Amino acid sequence: MTSNIALRGVAVLYLGLLLIAPVAVMLGATFAGGLGPVLEALARPAFLHALKLTLLIALIAVPLNTIFGILFALAVVRREFKGKALLTALLDLPLGVSPVVVGLALVIVYGRRGEFGGWLADHGVRVIFATPGMVLATIFVCIPFVAREVIPVLREIGTEQEQAARTLGATDWQIFWMVTLPAIRTGVAFGVVLTTARALGEYGAVAMVSGKLSGRTETLTIHVEERFLNFDMVGAYTASLVLALLALATLFLMQRLKPRGSH
Amino acid sequence: MSATSYPVAPPPAAAPPASRGLSVGTPLTVGVVTAYLSVIVLIPLAAVAFRSTSEGWDGFWASVTTPQALAALRLSLGASLLVSLINAVFGTLIAWVLVRDHFPGKDFMSALIDLPFALPTIVAGLTLIAMYGARSPIGLNIAYTVAAVILALLFVTLPFVVRAVQPVLTEMDKEMEQAATALGASGWTTFRLIVLPNLLPAILAGIGLGFARTIGEFGSVVLISGNIPFETEVAAVRIYSQVENDNITAASAIAVVLLALSLVVLLTISLFERRSRKHDQ
Repeated sequence: MTSNIALRGVAVLYLGLLLIAPVAVMLGATFAGGLGPVLEALARPAFLHALKLTLLIALIAVPLNTIFGILFALAVVRREFKGKALLTALLDLPLGVSPVVVGLALVIVYGRRGEFGGWLADHGVRVIFATPGMVLATIFVCIPFVAREVIPVLREIGTEQEQAARTLGATDWQIFWMVTLPAIRTGVAFGVVLTTARALGEYGAVAMVSGKLSGRTETLTIHVEERFLNFDMVGAYTASLVLALLALATLFLMQRLKPRGSH
Repeated sequence: MSATSYPVAPPPAAAPPASRGLSVGTPLTVGVVTAYLSVIVLIPLAAVAFRSTSEGWDGFWASVTTPQALAALRLSLGASLLVSLINAVFGTLIAWVLVRDHFPGKDFMSALIDLPFALPTIVAGLTLIAMYGARSPIGLNIAYTVAAVILALLFVTLPFVVRAVQPVLTEMDKEMEQAATALGASGWTTFRLIVLPNLLPAILAGIGLGFARTIGEFGSVVLISGNIPFETEVAAVRIYSQVENDNITAASAIAVVLLALSLVVLLTISLFERRSRKHDQ
């Protein structure tokens, strides 16, 4: 029993020093000067623009990756085709790629010096240092989450109900909306939560292709960095707090949706 | 035979059309997801690999072995290995406490484990600066040191081993442990000889995912490490500054080394997992 208490103490101390104390200290520092400076930071046009841009990027990336994730899971679980193992491995690849490598890859392909990027620039399309590049970077880093959550659920439910629906004369579209989607709902929702959290919080990949132009190509995470580098700690902490609250909402939803520990 | 890799409901041989479940445009779906993955992931990564050797193998080698690149790679690799080791010990310990111990606040602690997954990396770095930076309330300033790099990597990888070990520990039969204790084994001996071997695959899987993350980590490290060349500059920061200096080929070469390292680790885990799953059956 004494050893249990010792272990508990070590675990609590470790988490306290690594997680709880830093987060608590940052919270305290945010409000050290009262509510005024925080509200000021929240009203700053650069912050509001960063918030808007972050939401816009997520609003594009999350639905695209959700549709992709569901289709991917259906293809991998319900179809036999050559190269399936390779495709599945490819899905997990983004998890092992550094954010800066994602940024670098996009710079090579879409930068104005690249052949494709040069061609795009000639036609007036700007990807790097503009929103499209930031959207592409975001899509890249959160591509696997929905598919990874849906695949095991889809395996588990089997096809009996779908077959029954088909026997009763349902079309594919009806089967998908009325049988399959309700059955995989929780998996999809959990995947969407993970995707959204990552999309809102991505920094490295997006920063690299954004050019970090304040009030133009600055997301919330880049805004945090910019405020920090300008010695505006309250500004940096306030933007961090907004991101942390979004993270807490994510955690809450993850608990509610009962993760099956598939990370 | 249609596609039935799932164990449920063997298709009735008499009515092949009805044996299908949902058929989402068969080859079209496969084509669409392959195209999407190729455009977003495969082609850009292939471009990095291609670009890294655009000045030949000598150029690749020269880029990777400049003293500064080498120092950055060495730091990333060394820090990742050390962090893996620490995570193996503390991740397992925390999982053990969460599963086997009962105390008020345990649910809160359990929920907290996922925080690093949800918190943006730049915010993680900033919280560590608030606690362990120049304005540390406990007077402990480790900013711009290797210790800061280690701390940031520990923060972002905290959940990996805990979440891998937890379910295994929950499902593990306690009978063998009880038998060992009844035969006079001490708590530590029981853990080492009975529990640990069962947890090892999960620990390794958690370490592997963590390693793939730490080897290329950027956001949590970049503010607190100070990015001092030859001292606290990690590989990802080196890539970033090479791109800012318009040195794309050199950046690509370092990127390929990082990709190779994390691929080797991820492939090793998946082979290991497959082997231990076969072993179980």
